[in-house]
Amino acid sequence: MTLTTGTGTGAATGAYAPRPGAAPLPRMIAAQAALETRMLLRNGEQLLLTVVIPTLLLVLFSSVDIVDTGAGEAVDFLTPGVLALAVMSTAFTGQAIATGFERRYGVLKRLASSPLPRWGLMAAKTASVLVTEVLQVVLLTAIAFALGWSPHGDPVTVLALLVLGTAAFSGLGLLMAGTLKAEATLAAANLVFLLLLVGGGVIVPLDKFPPGTQDVLGLLPVSALSDGLRDVLQHGAGVPWGDLGILAGWAVVALAAAGKFFRWE
Amino acid sequence: MRSEPVVPVVHVQALVKRYGAKTAVDGLDLVARAGVTAVLGPNGAGKTTTVETCEGYRKPDAGTVRVLGLDPVRQSAELRPRIGVMLQSGGVYSGARADEMLRHVAKLHAHPLDVDALIERLGLGGCGRTSYRRLSGGQQQRLALAMAVVGRPELVFLDEPTAGLDPQARRATWDLVRDLRADGVSVILTTHYMEEAEQLADDVAILDAGRVVVQGTPEELCRGGAENTLRFTGRPGLDVASLLKALPADSSAAELTPGSYRVVGEIDPQLLATVTSWCAQHGVMPDRISVERHTLEDVFLELTGKELRS
Repeated sequence: MTLTTGTGTGAATGAYAPRPGAAPLPRMIAAQAALETRMLLRNGEQLLLTVVIPTLLLVLFSSVDIVDTGAGEAVDFLTPGVLALAVMSTAFTGQAIATGFERRYGVLKRLASSPLPRWGLMAAKTASVLVTEVLQVVLLTAIAFALGWSPHGDPVTVLALLVLGTAAFSGLGLLMAGTLKAEATLAAANLVFLLLLVGGGVIVPLDKFPPGTQDVLGLLPVSALSDGLRDVLQHGAGVPWGDLGILAGWAVVALAAAGKFFRWE
Repeated sequence: MRSEPVVPVVHVQALVKRYGAKTAVDGLDLVARAGVTAVLGPNGAGKTTTVETCEGYRKPDAGTVRVLGLDPVRQSAELRPRIGVMLQSGGVYSGARADEMLRHVAKLHAHPLDVDALIERLGLGGCGRTSYRRLSGGQQQRLALAMAVVGRPELVFLDEPTAGLDPQARRATWDLVRDLRADGVSVILTTHYMEEAEQLADDVAILDAGRVVVQGTPEELCRGGAENTLRFTGRPGLDVASLLKALPADSSAAELTPGSYRVVGEIDPQLLATVTSWCAQHGVMPDRISVERHTLEDVFLELTGKELRS
């Protein structure tokens, strides 16, 4: 207990005497990113989406011949697709659901009156997504190597694909979280995850679909990401400009739309 | 005596805020000085809209708002570190623990309070590893209060800080508000508890239909506190004018609701005797006679014609 006397006049010397001030910006963003990452790793549903499902798909479809993945080792086909899925699960599905409920429960509102600027909150969210993705990539590539994966290509190109994919999916996820009701975001984000898992060239090669459908599906961000990663990692191709272009297009449009339409409460 | 700073902590002039066709705040003027200011009013009076405009959440449709001399929207970056905000509900990650969230908010500030001491002070130590969504309503509210003060702000906004709290938790909140005031922190609180305003506030602003209907110290609003109220019930429709003639000149008498009468004035044994003998002369059995101080509740009822807790 604090013992205090006085009438609110005079010099402020008590325990609650005002001493306002914002923490340094890098410290605020680091603290926010750490908290967001902890919240994500503590959430069972999120872990199912970001870790369990990609891992299971990789292990299951590499070991059991269910889907015809074309010539070569199944794991060489599957790993790029599962990496693309991992990026989508974190940057799009997980981020959309988490942010949707933060908006619903006034977390975004409360943080908006804290010293942390809005762009700082967004930077922290991005950092948290990137940290999670690094953990996912480390885990999934370790499993893939254990299953006999032999990747090719330039790691810088792979990184460029992953970063642009993250930007595109983050834009789409935040657009959804900032405009729809939390429950609608939850349902829609999971549905989109499922549809893109099947129709986005993640585990089922796009050439299994009718030709006209293939062209449309190829324009989806997850298809562009898995196709680009596959070109590089499975076939040792150079820079997949087409896929990078599609991802960049999605990123620009989705981030701009999220910036314009996102509502904080 | 209270110090009167040149710049009021909150200065609202002719504020208008509409949501679609509905006008929530309709030309509101409010000046809050250092100390505790209570914003009192029934649901829908515009309390939360006014406070949230001061916090920078809403942009005025008309009028000006200055908080600590700053524009809450355009100078938000400057203002935010200096204020503490307690929302009416929510504001915490559903999976976060109480101490975790409080420590986080502390980290956003340069010179935060000692988090452990604050946790103990507000009785949040028992929350342990429980996540926010599983805390009781009272615990959630105390956490929101702690989050508002942990950054050592100059000015704290509390939106219905004790709504739904049990008496013990309410008293703990009141004690903290008194300590904040004693240490030089200004507080703007919205409430629809009269007692809260009477207990805590240096200044009370009563809102109704988006305007401040009256503002002053609780004593001023209750006319200095020297005047008292005598209430009694009897049969409806008594001749109040006749009763008034029997009373001293500076008194007033009224039938508030059928059969419920109120006399306002300097209530002394002589006046009580006057009332009872008037009743005797008119064959009235005055029931439930009570003598009480004129309360903010009465002021409110007179000004707005509404019960506070609607």
